[in-house]
Amino acid sequence: MRYLPLTSADRAEMLRVIGADSIDALFADVPAEARLPGPIDGLPAHASELAVERHMSALAAQNLAAGSAPFFLGAGAYRHHIPASVDHLIQRGEFLTSYTPYQPEIAQGTLQVLFEFQTQVARLFGTDVANASMYDGSTACWEAIAMAGRVTRRKRAVLSGGLHPHYVSTIRTMARFTGDAINAREPELVASPDDATVIAAIEGETACVVVQYPDILGRIPDLKAIAEAAHAQGALLVAVVTEPVALGLLEAPGHLGADIVVGEGQSLGVGLNFGGPYLGLFGASEKFVRQMPGRLCGQTVDADGRRGFVLTLSTREQHIRREKATSNICTNSGLCALAFSIHMTLLGGEGLAKLARLNHARARATADRLAQVPGVTVLNRAWFNEFTVILPREAREVVRELADRRVLGGVSLGRLYPEADALHRALLVAATETTTDEDIEALATALTEVLA
Amino acid sequence: MNKLNTAGWRPEIVTGGAEAAPEPTVSGDRCFAVEEPLIFELGGLGKCGVDIEDADTAPLEMLAPFLRAEPPALAGLTEPETVRHYTRLSRQNYGIDLGPFPLGSCTMKHNPRLNEKVARLPGFADIHPLQPQQTVRGAYQAIAQLADWLLALTGMSGVAMAPKAGAHGELCGLLCIRAALEARGDARAVVLVPESAHGTNPATAAFAGYRVESIPATAEGRVDLAALRARLRPDVAALMITNPNTCGLFEREMKAIADAVHAAGAFVYCDGANFNAIVGRVRPGDLGVDAMHINLHKTFSTPHGGGGPGSGPVVLSEALAPFAPLPFVRREGDGTAVLVEEEDASAEHPQSFGRMAAFHGQMGMFTRALTYILSHGADGLRQVAEDAVLNANYVLRCLEDVLDAPFAASGPCMHEALFSDNGLPDGFSTLDIAKGLIDEGFHPMTVYFPLVVHGAMLVEPTETESKAGLDRFIASLRSLAERARAADANLKSAPHFAPRRRLDETLAARKPVLTWHGHVQKPGAPVLSEIGGS
Repeated sequence: MRYLPLTSADRAEMLRVIGADSIDALFADVPAEARLPGPIDGLPAHASELAVERHMSALAAQNLAAGSAPFFLGAGAYRHHIPASVDHLIQRGEFLTSYTPYQPEIAQGTLQVLFEFQTQVARLFGTDVANASMYDGSTACWEAIAMAGRVTRRKRAVLSGGLHPHYVSTIRTMARFTGDAINAREPELVASPDDATVIAAIEGETACVVVQYPDILGRIPDLKAIAEAAHAQGALLVAVVTEPVALGLLEAPGHLGADIVVGEGQSLGVGLNFGGPYLGLFGASEKFVRQMPGRLCGQTVDADGRRGFVLTLSTREQHIRREKATSNICTNSGLCALAFSIHMTLLGGEGLAKLARLNHARARATADRLAQVPGVTVLNRAWFNEFTVILPREAREVVRELADRRVLGGVSLGRLYPEADALHRALLVAATETTTDEDIEALATALTEVLA
Repeated sequence: MNKLNTAGWRPEIVTGGAEAAPEPTVSGDRCFAVEEPLIFELGGLGKCGVDIEDADTAPLEMLAPFLRAEPPALAGLTEPETVRHYTRLSRQNYGIDLGPFPLGSCTMKHNPRLNEKVARLPGFADIHPLQPQQTVRGAYQAIAQLADWLLALTGMSGVAMAPKAGAHGELCGLLCIRAALEARGDARAVVLVPESAHGTNPATAAFAGYRVESIPATAEGRVDLAALRARLRPDVAALMITNPNTCGLFEREMKAIADAVHAAGAFVYCDGANFNAIVGRVRPGDLGVDAMHINLHKTFSTPHGGGGPGSGPVVLSEALAPFAPLPFVRREGDGTAVLVEEEDASAEHPQSFGRMAAFHGQMGMFTRALTYILSHGADGLRQVAEDAVLNANYVLRCLEDVLDAPFAASGPCMHEALFSDNGLPDGFSTLDIAKGLIDEGFHPMTVYFPLVVHGAMLVEPTETESKAGLDRFIASLRSLAERARAADANLKSAPHFAPRRRLDETLAARKPVLTWHGHVQKPGAPVLSEIGGS
């Protein structure tokens, strides 16, 4: 077995040193009836690298890769071009095969990256601080609600109808067990987001308002107005960003009054990966830092007075506080945070702005062309790189028929809201810098055929 | 005019000579020992390492009310500068690729590179989670194949693939338990956790809305069955147990423990962090376990990446499987795999507790873990457990004469060897031994965990260390133990040879500096300032 360095002679010698007459003797504490006599029946034996690669490649070949078809899916996961150096650098063994930096003297690489990452996220979000990452956007969103509950000592959250439905489901699951009251609604197919409804739902017992920016239909809520309404009632505004590239153009939520900003960082550096692993981003005001979940990296000095970095404020965390911790999170998304940070470094602030502008331009071009397809209406008044179109029939079927023509045409709201019939003719369409004029034309042509 | 040096003259290399102390360098670097500034100190606002197509003329009027006042104050670097920055930072990091990483309970084993190659195949890496099912059949197959292996290896009935890491898996298991109890109209309030448990166990139980009570350990480092029995009243929802436990010992009375828990109407949650010790040799399903998470980033070699991503599928007993979260992959009669989402849940999976994250789990970890499993096969995985246990016992027996091994007398350990600071002279601690190991070129073991042992040192070599490598590690640890016993003051200030000496953690916590506060340089004309009016 190519991954096991011990030889038979080593094993015999080591057993002699240990004073055991067989390997079985080392398993003596396992009840006899639970000890398997040999390899589990019916399972294949070890295989060569060549054979395994062949098997896995055959599985991969059954999937239609986004890069090999005109591709317009978004809804919380976006296809961006990742510079080649990102993947090269994250595969350096010193990053890839290291652990959570518990021994800071020999983990300054990871720790400095986390400090830089926290700074990048905080500046992108317009918050004072950010943590070293969460699992993904959806779990970060629940953690934000839980944190708002600790800060305000209230247990009610108002969710905008524009919040990603998977995020809403995740929140509902957790709230069922924690006893938090969740006031949520489905989106309505109108051009503007539901700011007024959200503001009207805030009351004196509201811990937080959760608003996605841009929202699930691509509309852009007025965070400032919502923040003011929330703060007037002593509630916090949690802003959720599922497409961080948007913040190259759009004002940072923290600058608009959001107290906690969470997001999905997958767009930068991480790739689609069929939904995971992704990267939860978490920023907040400094005054709430001791209520934050997850790892935090902080600057300090070593015994010689040189600048260095350590994990800090760990008295919030499970390994110290156990059942009193702010969260149970331990492993987070370190390597994805590294990928995000490298991609962000390659872009810089103005590069991100330029990339955002290009995304917007591609989405404008896509919307303009789709608006010419008979029977198709663009719903949004404003959008960044994703918008909603209304079709003359059920979008879910249309998406399947587009896929039969090898066009990945978007995400149907029927897939996201199976029980909301009113939404079933709506299709979410996203475009990024990877979208070509040919892709747009292919989508428009296929859609015209399918709807004819 | 210079003459050509046709004779190839060069100065003679003189070795040895004056032993003067080395001068500090102007650069601050010392050859391969490099100092690296922050990107914000290196880069500038207008610098960019990506050539982006110009879209300056694209209209922005619909975004006018929402535009940023100025671009985010993020430093950019060109590609060569970026590559150098991160490569230099990487050299200040220790990884398994550099040497043993015997961090107990973390299972830092070799990360096969085939796994990385497979995970990057466009058919896995470049597919969107919401693509129409007809375009991602192979992805569902891969998930189903991994699920089949996990069920076969654990002898359980169902598996939830959604959890994103071990602690998320614990949450999944407890939510299944809570949903099952509520379904029978018997919501309970308490989760029992042994003293030796990982911190995530009590934190998870609290996160899921339970009150946590602790169960003591025996002098032998195992769960106190009598104390457990006495506490198993009708308010107990579950016992969270780790087996093999965090002392590196198999819970011999696991079956009796499970029977007692079940007799009280409660469930057994097993923390599967230590599954590497028994994979292929023992199936937790045969021991009465109701739910157990499997850290794919431990037992199944997906890389830790400096703190994640992880993946924590949860295997479930027949009693709990109906409550597993959405979505999940189900096999059809003809063997094809289909995804069951919210849409079909009421018909196919009506008792599910719901969704615990967006999309369908850590696909990138699934493909790596499946690749690892197929590489080893049933025989190779069994060998993994055997070699992991053999290596740990070898470490234990080679060092028990110089380091206190509190449970060594009771028999063999499993995959990790536990030592304590008992016997070290006053003023010398586990921390000093750990920092000394850094100077010896090794990553330290887990320290001060489990809490049931004073000054714990938990050594998990894993199966991917050679005997020669272990012998070197043992020799270093032995010498450190002897130096500590001899009160070698030099050890108190270790590490001496690492990129940093001991860091001031108190300062970091007292005056937290969590982001860089300076101003990024802004060379050249701003790009975004022109955007607003266009």
